[in-house]
Amino acid sequence: MIARAGTRRRAYVRAHPIASLVAGRTGQGIITLLLVSLVVFAATQLLPGNAARAILGFSATPQRIHALELELGLYRGWWSQYWGWLSGLPVGRLGTSLANSEPVWRLVEPRLLNSAVLVVVSGLTGCVLGIALGAVAALRHGSLLDNSMTVGALAVLAVPEFVVAIGVVILFSTVVFHLFPGVSLLTPGENILQAPRLLVLPALSLVIVTIPYVYRMTRAATLEALESPYVEMARLKGVPRWRVLVQHALPNALPPTIQVVGLTFLRLAGGIVLVEEVFDFPGIGQGLVNAVTDRDIPVIQFIVIALAAFYVVVNITTDVLALLCSPRRRIPA
Amino acid sequence: MTAATPSKQLRRHEWLTLLQRAAVSRRGTVGLSLAGFVVLVAVVGAIWTPDSPTAFLYEPLQKPSVQVLLGGDYLGRDVLSRVLAGGWVLLVMAVAATVIGVSLGAFQGIEAAYLGGRTDTMIMRGMDVFLAFPAIVLALLIVGTVGPKLWLIVLAVGLGHVPQVARVMRATALDIAERDYVKAVELQGVKPTRIITGEILPNLVSPLMVELGLRLTYSIVVIAGLSFLGFGQQPPAPSWGNMISENRIGLQTNPWAVVVPAALIALLAIGTNLFADAVARAAIGADREVEQAFVRTEAAKASQ
Amino acid sequence: MTAPIRLQVQGLQVCLAGTKTDVVSEVDFEVAPGEVLGLVGESGSGKTTVALALLGYARRGLRITGGQVLVDGQEILGIPERELPALRGRQVAYVPQEPAAALNPVRRVGKQVAEVLRVHEGRGSQDGDVAGRVREVLSAVDLPTDPAFLRRFPHQLSGGQQQRIVIAMAFACRPGVIVFDEPTTGLDVTTQRHFLELIAELCATSGVAAVYVSHDLAVVGQVAKTVAVMYAGRIVELGPTAAVFETPRHPYTRLLMRAVPSLDKAEVMEGIEGLPPRPASRPAGCSFAARCPDVGPECLSHPPATVDISESHRVRCVRVRRDVHGAGGRQAVQLLNASEARAAVLEVKGLRASFGSNEVLHDIGFTLPEDTCVAVVGESGSGKTTLARCIIGMHTNWLGSIRYEGDELPHGARQRGKDVLKRIQYVFQDPYTALNPRKTVGQLVAQPIGHFYALSRAEVDARVVKVLENVSLSADFLNRYPDQLSGGERQRAAIARALAAEPDLLVCDEVSSALDVSVQATIIELLRRLQAEHRLAMLFITHNLALVRGIAQSVIVLSQGQVVEEGPVEEVFERPRDPYTIRLMSDAPRLSAAATGSGQTPTAPAGRAEEG
Repeated sequence: MIARAGTRRRAYVRAHPIASLVAGRTGQGIITLLLVSLVVFAATQLLPGNAARAILGFSATPQRIHALELELGLYRGWWSQYWGWLSGLPVGRLGTSLANSEPVWRLVEPRLLNSAVLVVVSGLTGCVLGIALGAVAALRHGSLLDNSMTVGALAVLAVPEFVVAIGVVILFSTVVFHLFPGVSLLTPGENILQAPRLLVLPALSLVIVTIPYVYRMTRAATLEALESPYVEMARLKGVPRWRVLVQHALPNALPPTIQVVGLTFLRLAGGIVLVEEVFDFPGIGQGLVNAVTDRDIPVIQFIVIALAAFYVVVNITTDVLALLCSPRRRIPA
Repeated sequence: MTAATPSKQLRRHEWLTLLQRAAVSRRGTVGLSLAGFVVLVAVVGAIWTPDSPTAFLYEPLQKPSVQVLLGGDYLGRDVLSRVLAGGWVLLVMAVAATVIGVSLGAFQGIEAAYLGGRTDTMIMRGMDVFLAFPAIVLALLIVGTVGPKLWLIVLAVGLGHVPQVARVMRATALDIAERDYVKAVELQGVKPTRIITGEILPNLVSPLMVELGLRLTYSIVVIAGLSFLGFGQQPPAPSWGNMISENRIGLQTNPWAVVVPAALIALLAIGTNLFADAVARAAIGADREVEQAFVRTEAAKASQ
Repeated sequence: MTAPIRLQVQGLQVCLAGTKTDVVSEVDFEVAPGEVLGLVGESGSGKTTVALALLGYARRGLRITGGQVLVDGQEILGIPERELPALRGRQVAYVPQEPAAALNPVRRVGKQVAEVLRVHEGRGSQDGDVAGRVREVLSAVDLPTDPAFLRRFPHQLSGGQQQRIVIAMAFACRPGVIVFDEPTTGLDVTTQRHFLELIAELCATSGVAAVYVSHDLAVVGQVAKTVAVMYAGRIVELGPTAAVFETPRHPYTRLLMRAVPSLDKAEVMEGIEGLPPRPASRPAGCSFAARCPDVGPECLSHPPATVDISESHRVRCVRVRRDVHGAGGRQAVQLLNASEARAAVLEVKGLRASFGSNEVLHDIGFTLPEDTCVAVVGESGSGKTTLARCIIGMHTNWLGSIRYEGDELPHGARQRGKDVLKRIQYVFQDPYTALNPRKTVGQLVAQPIGHFYALSRAEVDARVVKVLENVSLSADFLNRYPDQLSGGERQRAAIARALAAEPDLLVCDEVSSALDVSVQATIIELLRRLQAEHRLAMLFITHNLALVRGIAQSVIVLSQGQVVEEGPVEEVFERPRDPYTIRLMSDAPRLSAAATGSGQTPTAPAGRAEEG
């Protein structure tokens, strides 16, 4: 342990230029994804007994079970099955759904688009509002406004997404008002961009659960920046208040804020599962729930991998962006 | 400074002191009362309900009246009885998942921090893999392949906590392991296990308690969510999550069948979260420091 | 005072926000153009609070509640908050304590210097004008002015360059008053000396009235014509620097002077017992009464008013008229004779230590005889702490040989035998991080006893009490936690822990650098006494040359990882041979030089110097 202190310090001193960071993180990300794929594959092997029987149930005829075994390639070794699945991923050869015998990609593709729209719209709105409110609270630190917003955020932060969504449905769609549709049913072939009214309530639910988190992180980062010696110095130099905030405090609060935005999108990746279910929103969250209910393994595998890939990409992007905003880490002394 | 510091007795039982101080703070009192109320409802319901929670007694979605306080559900069962009976399983599962997740995570994190080198890298890279799954997705993956068994859900939710708890505890333990007072004891040739138990662990009590509170909230959220999706207790057994899901179709006719369980879940989660925050404040102190610790914790979860 | 007054402070008071508890009160002084007033005090005395109040600024939790600050006759405390930015940096400028932290890490230094001009010169100013003035002020502080330099970020500059940047910012708008808040903390003595000369010169030529805040009396002596000594939020003595240093009149000033280590003589330093009262618990009478050797009944009932000693020298002490004497001499230190031949306890030969592939210690060799104290002196980055850590086995990346009583020491502490670990003990630099906050002093001191000796619980307890007694901590401290102790008490507890193992060799790494000068003196005296009583061999590592004289028999001067000079303390101090040592000696600030204004040392009464 004593010896390690030295090595850790050295690793810190050797600043990462951007190229090596991107390369390193991408490599790490690919390894993580490979391991994730192994975990996902292994999890689907956990099915007790014969997978085909487990899927079809005990009433299935031997012929059907045999057909499914052939289709799943259960006669091959696990390595060969894994490789067959993995090598299909990058080229979109994802197998066929067990629930309705359609190619997985054709089932999932429209859902991916709908979910992406939902996540981007609610994530961006939530981040903008959360950052603004957080900065205001930090500037008015200790005031009634700050205290009530902070306690409110703490409360909302804890409420499960689906409870928020139910609350939104009760308030805007059924019991109290009837402003927007409470279910987001699309006609086949239609995507969510063609029916923006259906997006409102799911997005609102996700915005509500996003804001408190972004708010809290931004407030903390801004408080820290405002308290720093360089902000005090700027004020003692006679820099006007707004300029202190915009030119001195905020640029330093930027890296943590970028991290918050990244974390927010990662949380949304889990949040859509429940919110989509509440609104029958045709996205991958609902797709995953349906697939799990039907034990539609090829679909489960693909959606989980897609979510993990999203995680890796967001992580790399936030790290690189945060690095770009901190000269102290970017440029060696 | 001398006057304000706690006595020896209080320091010896730091976790108790923290709970006491959190409980008397305003946030803590509110949080404790909210969560306490919900727990009371669940505990009473585990022992006694006015009617059978599974018997078909009324018209489907019967409106509430003086005789039938919360009305009937979509199959005409007594909503009040189902609400009372539908909570305790959630509580037990959430506590179990939290204990599993935090103890495993803390063990992994501290082990990684102290052993360092290749062990550290292996453990933490392994954690990264699991970090790539949102908690609910991991649970769905496991439950989806094996089936909705309650013990499996507890295990899945508990395992979902492990990577983040491990990262937080690793960061904290590393910070402490580098302090001079740990070095001072290392220089005497004291064995690593004794350093962990004697010097490092006592300094991890507060962060561990904060983590426990947060994880309990998350456990409640995830388990209730799974139950809402139909992967919890199976019908006809009542649970707050599946009640919300079942009775959504009758939201216009008898909203109470949805509102009451939803409100109970929300109050429980809000209560535990407020109390967890109160514990953090008792452990760390002023608002600024609490918030900075929060940012550091989140950062530890996020990137390598 | 006949010169025109540029800065006048009257009855300044700063309170804890929302209370009537004052942190600083009844502060009066004035500064003429081109002059420097030194504001001296120990930590918590309120000197930085006063410094910031001169810009109409109070930190979070504090409020300026009374008094006047007049700059060229203009009252600035009454100015509304909105208009203060126009004043700060333009009429009153501020030079911060730690430029590394005060410079914005994400903005280029050129922009940061230009900013102060832009915000004050207004929109009318041409870019060319600003750029020209930036170059002008940078060259005034001897910094490069090329575009590449201006485009650097603060972390790409050295500590001295960062310091110059903040000075340049302060002078940029040609303010009337500049407040320097301990700006030389952390600089090596040569940089510090250049820096002090630069400040003195710039203030004199530009007619700036400067207030120089510091905890270091000797530093203030180098720049200030007038000095104000603060204690517990009040100025207790104010007068011409030479007069205050030579014939201090307030008991606190007098004791403070006696606590300052001397470069020129091996003298006993005298610490001040007790602690200053905190703002909320100040006594009705004089705040210093509880620690004052000269206290009388009148001191306890009323807060003392100021007494004028001369036109320019005043003291806040009611008993000042009663007794008039100077600083007096201090006892000379009697150390064991260094020239006697003794067996070597520690022998270092050809030691090369590295961080990774970067070698920081090159071919170090020395011997440490038993019963003696060897001081290792070096500035930051000289490798002195790494040397200590190699010896105790905390830094393991080294080549060469370290022998303890003739036996080769393995590199890391883990490979060393229990006996060696017991016999070499280490005292850490910072007492605030060296003690586990979850353990009582009793547990902390008992730990090595329990580890190294097979004793019963009662025997351990008895030994803990004895060791604590040895470092002048009563048994009351047994059950206290580190955060219930003052800095000095913490360091005593840390020394007690090292002593508890009953070592033969004590390695002390900058043990007093985190402490106030009055506390430092008591710690150094304690170490000297312990070394003699327990016949310890001691390796005393410090950046402060003056400390060496009173404690060590021989000294090793370390520069950039190499031993540049070594020998008996007297010889090295009186007749340094290496250019680096010579420079170190001449650049170190001396209290005596400030007192007499000529660099002469006041002589101690001969009769007292003989006791040891």
